[in-house]
Amino acid sequence: MSRITIATGVPVAVREARRPSRLGQLLEKEHVLAGALLAPTLVILTLFIAYPFVLGIWLAVSDKVVGRPGNFIGLDNFRVNLNDSIFLRAFQNTFVYTFIATVLKLALGMAAALLLNHHFRFKRLVRASMLLPWIIPTVLSTLAWQWMFDATFSVFNWMLLNVGVISDRILWLGDGTLAMGCLITVNVWRGMPFFAITLLAGLQTINPDLHEAAEIDGANAWQRFWQVTLPLIKPIMLVVVLFSMIATFADFQLIYVLTRGGPYSSTHVFGTYAYEIAMRAAKLGQGASISLFLFPFLLTVIVFQLWYIRRSD
Amino acid sequence: MAAPRYGGRLKRAVVFYIPLTVMVGATLFPFYWMVITSIRPDTELYNVNMNPFYTLHPTLKHFHDLFELTMFPQWAWNTLFIATVSTGISLFCGLLAGYALARLSFRWAAPLGTMIFVTYLVPPTLLFIPLGDVVKTFGLGDTPWAVILTYPTFLIPFCTWLLMGYFKTIPREIEDCARIDGASRLQAMVRISFPLALPGILSAGIFAFTLSWNEFLYALVFLASPQQKTIPIGVFTELVRGDVFYWGPLMAGALLGSIPVAVVYSFFVEHYVTALTGAVKG
Repeated sequence: MSRITIATGVPVAVREARRPSRLGQLLEKEHVLAGALLAPTLVILTLFIAYPFVLGIWLAVSDKVVGRPGNFIGLDNFRVNLNDSIFLRAFQNTFVYTFIATVLKLALGMAAALLLNHHFRFKRLVRASMLLPWIIPTVLSTLAWQWMFDATFSVFNWMLLNVGVISDRILWLGDGTLAMGCLITVNVWRGMPFFAITLLAGLQTINPDLHEAAEIDGANAWQRFWQVTLPLIKPIMLVVVLFSMIATFADFQLIYVLTRGGPYSSTHVFGTYAYEIAMRAAKLGQGASISLFLFPFLLTVIVFQLWYIRRSD
Repeated sequence: MAAPRYGGRLKRAVVFYIPLTVMVGATLFPFYWMVITSIRPDTELYNVNMNPFYTLHPTLKHFHDLFELTMFPQWAWNTLFIATVSTGISLFCGLLAGYALARLSFRWAAPLGTMIFVTYLVPPTLLFIPLGDVVKTFGLGDTPWAVILTYPTFLIPFCTWLLMGYFKTIPREIEDCARIDGASRLQAMVRISFPLALPGILSAGIFAFTLSWNEFLYALVFLASPQQKTIPIGVFTELVRGDVFYWGPLMAGALLGSIPVAVVYSFFVEHYVTALTGAVKG
């Protein structure tokens, strides 16, 4: 405990018998101090999260449109949604997008983490540049992708045409299924570094002796990965997957920038369709009911995560 | 470190260097594309027969156009102002709250900690419609304060969570010593614990700054007039007219909007990684 001497060296001692003020006395009590310290946070979170959340539920059961007060209409908005083919497509897309992108990010992120866990020259530089897609504003990098997927000037088409793999241009964003594939590609490109770097941090906590022991016992690299590495980083892997699932499920910007939900509204997800209805069509109530569809899934993931944290404590 | 021993150079190339090169190439290619697009003249950009990978006639015209046609400098200033102030607010709140939750014993500690963790996981997509109404009610619509006050909703929980974890690693005895020397509860906190938490504050600050620099949805919904926009919104909305994309200036703007965060990040890579992994582990 050598730090104690450093700490006591700091001149905080107030030895004079100065009587503390009433406020000072009050703040000596831990629960009063705690209240004071938490007040700013609680004010902001109440005003801008709790209150809008309640307001959102009210909007979802109202026929509010921009510029005029709404009336209570029960579950009509939800009924309209479930009869809307674009909404149902968005519903399906949200799950497809989340599931496929998360699986790919996990697989590639794990591969990247295993590669980065080796010693090689420029390792720090490589690791730092790996995170760039995650650091750079998503909108701006997605615009670069949009240009790379351009109908006429796509660089991928240029390469494929010149190599002779294709004879006609591919309209990357011109078809619902293909556009979905492009969205997932960009999402994986952007989100994979988060997996790689956090999993790498997990890998670095593994005691190398365990691997050596397994090797002496005759386990090959593949067996060592499944029997030693994976069980040890399972906790952090699970947490990363849950975080990423929430973010992917609630994604907006990547899809809105790359396809705007098109072509023919075939690539909407909950987020972009809620925006389309609420902001472009000015139907705030209807839009709020669409984003509320995110809630059950989010709640499930959050409850699972809290349960998992409690269990591992 | 469990660095596997490979049989030969060929094997190491196949299982290590080739995958590593492909991975780094795929990661960085879009950035190369931003750079090359921003310096190629329009006559080359819109010519399908030309090799798009390089140019023999680099030009700064797109950057010039970006500054002439749009309010890019104003957007850059807005983004910097908004990111700085909202990061400041979030660090202030997160520091106090993180300290209270890590150090003080009071009845509501556990449920409040859980509640802040839950708000950390609430995505902007769930709230942006009612929040737009709230922002309007408070008269903040189309002002920087609309986003400066709403970004902390996702920044504070993150900062609190990270700093709470950090305070737990600082031994309580250090404060106890100061208190024996006559420091008050508040003095011990401000003069002893806060300075020791400086690395944690820096990590949280870097991370919060990049998050607010990059934010899109709230800025898109709450900021309407061109002079109020941030870089991500401005580049996306003002350089696309109908179906016409001004790709040269667009990529120039994307590049200039990316460089500040990349520079901040490159100076503090280790702090950023600490924040990233700490945010997950808690």
